[in-house]
Amino acid sequence: MIKFLLMVNKQGQTRLSRYYEQVELGKRASLEADVVRGCLARRKEECSFVEFKDYKLVYRQYAALFIVVGITENENELSIYELVHNFVEVLDKYFSRVSELDIMFSLDKVHIILDEMILNGHIVETNKTRILAPLLALDKMAES
Amino acid sequence: HLPSLRVQVLIRTIRTARTQAEEREMIQKECAAIRSSFREEDNTYRCRNVAKLLYMHMLGYPAHFGQLECLKLIASQKFTDKRIGYLGAMLLLDERQDVHLLMTNCIKNDLNHSTQYVQGLSLCTLGCMGSSEMCRDLAGEVEKLLKTSNSYLRKKAALCAVHVIRKVPELMEMFLPATKNLLSEKNHGVLHTSVVLLTEMCERSPDMLSHFRKLVPQLVRILKNLIMSGYSPEHDVSGISDPFLQVRILRLLRILGKGDDDSSEAMNDILAQVATNTETSKNVGNAILYETVLTIMDIKSESGLRVLAINILGRFLLNNDKNIRYVALTSLLKTVQTDHNAVQRHRSTIVDCLKDLDVSIKRRAMELSFALVNGNNIRGMMKELLYFLDSCDPDFKADCASGIFLAAEKYAPSKRWHIDTVMRVLTTAGSYVRDDSVPNLIQLITNSVEMHAYTVQRLYKALLDDISQQPLVQVASWCIGEYGDLLVSGQCEEEEPIQVSEDEVLDVLEGLLVSNLSTPVTRAYSLTAIMKLSTRFSSVNRIKKVVSIYGSSIDVELQQRAVEYNALFKKYDHMRPALLERMPIMEKTATNGPTDIAQTNGETDSTILDTKHLPSITHPARRCNYHICFCLAGIPPMTAYNKNGLKIEFTFERSNPSPNIAVITIHATNSTEADMTEFVFQAAVPKTFQLQLLSPSSNVVPALNQGSVTQVIRVLNPQKQQLRMRIKLTYTHKGSPVQDLAEVNNFPPQSWQ
Repeated sequence: MIKFLLMVNKQGQTRLSRYYEQVELGKRASLEADVVRGCLARRKEECSFVEFKDYKLVYRQYAALFIVVGITENENELSIYELVHNFVEVLDKYFSRVSELDIMFSLDKVHIILDEMILNGHIVETNKTRILAPLLALDKMAES
Repeated sequence: HLPSLRVQVLIRTIRTARTQAEEREMIQKECAAIRSSFREEDNTYRCRNVAKLLYMHMLGYPAHFGQLECLKLIASQKFTDKRIGYLGAMLLLDERQDVHLLMTNCIKNDLNHSTQYVQGLSLCTLGCMGSSEMCRDLAGEVEKLLKTSNSYLRKKAALCAVHVIRKVPELMEMFLPATKNLLSEKNHGVLHTSVVLLTEMCERSPDMLSHFRKLVPQLVRILKNLIMSGYSPEHDVSGISDPFLQVRILRLLRILGKGDDDSSEAMNDILAQVATNTETSKNVGNAILYETVLTIMDIKSESGLRVLAINILGRFLLNNDKNIRYVALTSLLKTVQTDHNAVQRHRSTIVDCLKDLDVSIKRRAMELSFALVNGNNIRGMMKELLYFLDSCDPDFKADCASGIFLAAEKYAPSKRWHIDTVMRVLTTAGSYVRDDSVPNLIQLITNSVEMHAYTVQRLYKALLDDISQQPLVQVASWCIGEYGDLLVSGQCEEEEPIQVSEDEVLDVLEGLLVSNLSTPVTRAYSLTAIMKLSTRFSSVNRIKKVVSIYGSSIDVELQQRAVEYNALFKKYDHMRPALLERMPIMEKTATNGPTDIAQTNGETDSTILDTKHLPSITHPARRCNYHICFCLAGIPPMTAYNKNGLKIEFTFERSNPSPNIAVITIHATNSTEADMTEFVFQAAVPKTFQLQLLSPSSNVVPALNQGSVTQVIRVLNPQKQQLRMRIKLTYTHKGSPVQDLAEVNNFPPQSWQ
């Protein structure tokens, strides 16, 4: 299962954080710092999977943002690697070429999208249209 | 009262902060405003304020005062309120807060709400952070939703059920009926989450596992449809239909097929089909192949299928994508024990991965390489591994060196090759070699009798080049000390013998003693080596000089050795040749400690110059093999008692501050086959003496001379009378208590004069 999903920029600032496993609020900051440090130190020739403590990290870089997913031992790394890209494609579809600022200023919407994709650490939906349906309905509700 | 900032405005403001302190100040100001707004029970801005709080929480600032507000938002009728409320609950609350209990009612209502999106929100939140009590209360609602025809809700209910089962395992049974037709769904979201639910249930309960085995044909059919169906825009990822679902189904099949012949057979064909038909040009396809391989290896698949799986992994190794190479090596490492021959076929590709740039790939390639070494490929493999050792990161060197030593020990084609390999490791990675390698290597060298001249020559030459790598220096010193005579006599057969004089050798060893690069342990090795050469070289005077200088060394260890060696030159010169004799071949024992090596020498007072260091006189608790040291104190030891397999020896020390006190150490050994337990030694002396008995080292005298009990006795003898003692021994042997009294009258004169 997925333990957490983070979006962090190169300066180490967290833009999105979602934990699917209990991590004490006080410990989250240091965890995020460690994770970011681990990923930023990686060179281009190195693979996208990092052994971290007693679990694994899958990370992908999109421009200045790193998306890092913490996964348990039994999860398929290549599949999660695909999932991250799927998530970014959904964001792209909604925001029309998503940028870091979009994520910052529409954090609640990104959470809605994420909740439609991942629930309790497992994939719930991967079809982009279906993922965005509730959000688009909400937007329409807000307009009227 | 000013209207609160909109969220975006707040974010923009915070971004203008130039320092951490400035940011903190802004946040504190905003938090204060939010707090007062909460106190005023302001409904209009509550949603916005909580949203801001969530943002600040993500930045790392405390937001607990917003927890109750989340509840109020959840209870509101507005969807926008509920949305933020539930999100806040998921981000800010966990089971430890009491607040969440208040949510139960709201969630219950919302699970039955008329709008599916509200139902979805509550399912999501319950599934993320519901406590056991909440789950218990609401399990029925979740079960109901699991049976609904609304696929939007059904998929979420399935994952919510997973959470409920995790929290309250006893409730698993109640979801069983609802699983009946989950797999007949057309909606992929539902299918996916259903497979996850089934997986969870199978992993938790062997009964469920057997029950669900009957689903194998259905799962196979679904998987087949996914592969065979044409392009489906709904779930297509780079030309493959719903790869995420395929992966999950393969994982469930793995669990169902494991250890079960029938199920494994039923899935054999589809696995072969997926393995051969999946497009491998993109990551997606490889993700599916990876999962397929893992499944094939775990179930009871036929050998043809297993070979197919390993070949897929072999192809992965050649893939340009490093992620795929990483995944392949991880899997191969898991299967190398069970499918050794199949993995061997890919050995050269694996060895190539040693040169990869990624650290995790290199490590796995190294581990795999060691697993694949055997008698046939040892020469070739060792070349690659030695090359790897030269160039790898320091983190790897210790493990790699140890691995090489182990492999060399198991499969060395010749002794010469073995020594050369060891030399190569010591010279290239000498400082990373583990401490325990030194005694192991010394043992190896000692036992390779015909290579002694060659070994000492090579080690000597290595020392001339570099004295910084301590393990190398220690082994080399030891070797020169032992075989220095072979070195100067130029007896090497394996290669061109070097011309070196005794003085040159002593120069090198003395150089080690003074060098800043040498650790204290290394210095001890080289001093001992120099001493040994006194019976092998003719330049004894030079050696005497060195030894006497170190008699006043600040290093206590070195000083003690020097003092003892000095004594060897003076009073005990007649014993010197025997003491410094060549070490005989050592039997390799299980523990490989120095005392074990000493035991196989038979004689307890011969060449006890063990591989670590001479024990000091101030540790009487050491084994009684170290008589030599007590001899050097000047008073010979004596046997005080020897009956029924129990032997008690006394050794002596003069206590320097008061010459009237004799310090006696008793050493009790047991040559019978059973331990002597509850061993107590008591002594009494005539009235003119005073006796002090210190604590014994233990009260078990181990059988077959495998150890001794030692105890110190201090005897005050102010009138310098002849020492006599009565001793009483009690112990338990083979279950029966034993007691004996004895007189000890044979004390040597030096002990009391």
